[in-house]
Amino acid sequence: MKFEKMSEGHYLLDVKGYVCPHPQLYTKKALERLKPGEMLELQFDNPSSGESIATMCDNTGDEILDRKQEAGLFVWHVRKT
Amino acid sequence: MSEAKRKFWAFAIVATLVLISVATYAYHEFYLYLSVYLWFGFIYGMCLQYGRFCFSSAFRDLFAVGVPRMAVGIMIAIAFFALVGAFVSATGLSTFHSAPIGLHAVIAGFIFGVGMCFAGGCASGSMYKTGEGNMNAALVVVSISVTQAVFVDIGGWANALVPASWAKSASEKGLPASINVADGWVDQYLAGYVWDQPVLSFATMLGWTDQSVMGAFLGNFLVGVALPGAALLVVVYFFWSRRTFMKKRLAAASARPRLTDELAGYWAMVVASKRTAIAGLALGIAAGLHMYASQGLRVKYGVRNAGPLLERMGFDFGLSVNGTVFDPGYWYVTTQEAQWVGWVFHKLGWNQMDNIFFGFNNGIPNPLINPADWMSIALFGGAAVMALLHNEFKFKKPTLETAIWAIIGGALMGIGSRLGLGCNVGAFFVRVSQGDPSGWVFGIGMVGGAYLGVKFFNWWTERRMARQFAATIT
Repeated sequence: MKFEKMSEGHYLLDVKGYVCPHPQLYTKKALERLKPGEMLELQFDNPSSGESIATMCDNTGDEILDRKQEAGLFVWHVRKT
Repeated sequence: MSEAKRKFWAFAIVATLVLISVATYAYHEFYLYLSVYLWFGFIYGMCLQYGRFCFSSAFRDLFAVGVPRMAVGIMIAIAFFALVGAFVSATGLSTFHSAPIGLHAVIAGFIFGVGMCFAGGCASGSMYKTGEGNMNAALVVVSISVTQAVFVDIGGWANALVPASWAKSASEKGLPASINVADGWVDQYLAGYVWDQPVLSFATMLGWTDQSVMGAFLGNFLVGVALPGAALLVVVYFFWSRRTFMKKRLAAASARPRLTDELAGYWAMVVASKRTAIAGLALGIAAGLHMYASQGLRVKYGVRNAGPLLERMGFDFGLSVNGTVFDPGYWYVTTQEAQWVGWVFHKLGWNQMDNIFFGFNNGIPNPLINPADWMSIALFGGAAVMALLHNEFKFKKPTLETAIWAIIGGALMGIGSRLGLGCNVGAFFVRVSQGDPSGWVFGIGMVGGAYLGVKFFNWWTERRMARQFAATIT
């Protein structure tokens, strides 16, 4: 798991290689630490985690700005509200 | 991988399975029985991958991140399997038999629940993820399989842990000498304890038979599945879904929710994840039809188990002492994987036929002609085809950390499966759907185990995230 600051207000969470529940748990914990308006780039390759993360963001109100998918790799950008 | 390549591999998998079905049927008619398993396994794999259908996440994601999608999906699958199963039962073509019910089912479910949290997926979930190219999930499947084969044959020092009452009861069952029931913890657990527990169904508890229309539809479907399932979803709705729904719905309307708002919220929760709901519906119907097709062929060939069919085809190695092999006639996971390893161990010189699990009940036929194995292999194939078509196939190697979780989780699921006489599919999904109360009991244990597993991983991920976050902001 890699969590790092890419620029001011922009963070990266790399959970490639992890299966459930790690990607969704790390995403939840990362978003809890961000301030409103800050953005998280999320990289994961466990497809089922995407369903849970999308519902989780819907519940919390955090906004998924875009979702890219290529060869089993998912890159999402989420803005903390 | 380019789109053309992905389509080529998807086509190659389907073509291989078609070729196996056609060629083996041309060789001998009885292979049709195995092909039924194969094609239902393929459908299960496609549905599981399409719906990201993992029983582990049904409980785990509720506790971990407050997401009810999978709990809803599983209840949909159970409801449809139960409905189709009720039709099949009422026509007298069900292959299902209830399991003994007792405290052991809760303990088994608990161990299994902890295991599936550690492993990152249940037994069936790990299988479809293997089809997505996830080698971590493949490691889970290997761990489940090896653990089962070892666990069911542990004797020697473990015999000292067997209560005297179990040993006495087991010795009175009149098992064949080849089983040597006095040597083996699981043997004495099964013959001395589990077999002495009552076998129930909601239909029989209400005074009907499972094959009667009243018993199948009112007892097993309505009382055993539909009412408790709907009630469970009400609980899920109020604790995990209602607040978010009402926050959005009532922002522009009256402040106090009315009954119509509650019903709308309940329905919104059910259809929130269309993929999961569709997969649940398809899985449920397929699982019911699978029973119908298997039993139809048994009637056609005049057998009650695939063992005599294999014998007639000239395969007599690995049949149990009763002449049977593992042949549930419906969706099942774990036993056939244990048989792979049991067969290998036996070939390497470790006698696996002197225990009840293999020697008395399931046998260890060659994996190439093991009926339920055809289902598992095709399940991998179905999941791979679906992942390839949706550009979700990715070969993923385990890391040391994920490998450790996979091995521990798989081992716990293997032990839980054997104590509970099945996994999340055989001991929970199928039993609940067919009106067997022991399925609900196993499920209660699974929920408890999943809760403990989530608590552990909450602590583990919080610790790691706190460290990384502190390093990032300094």
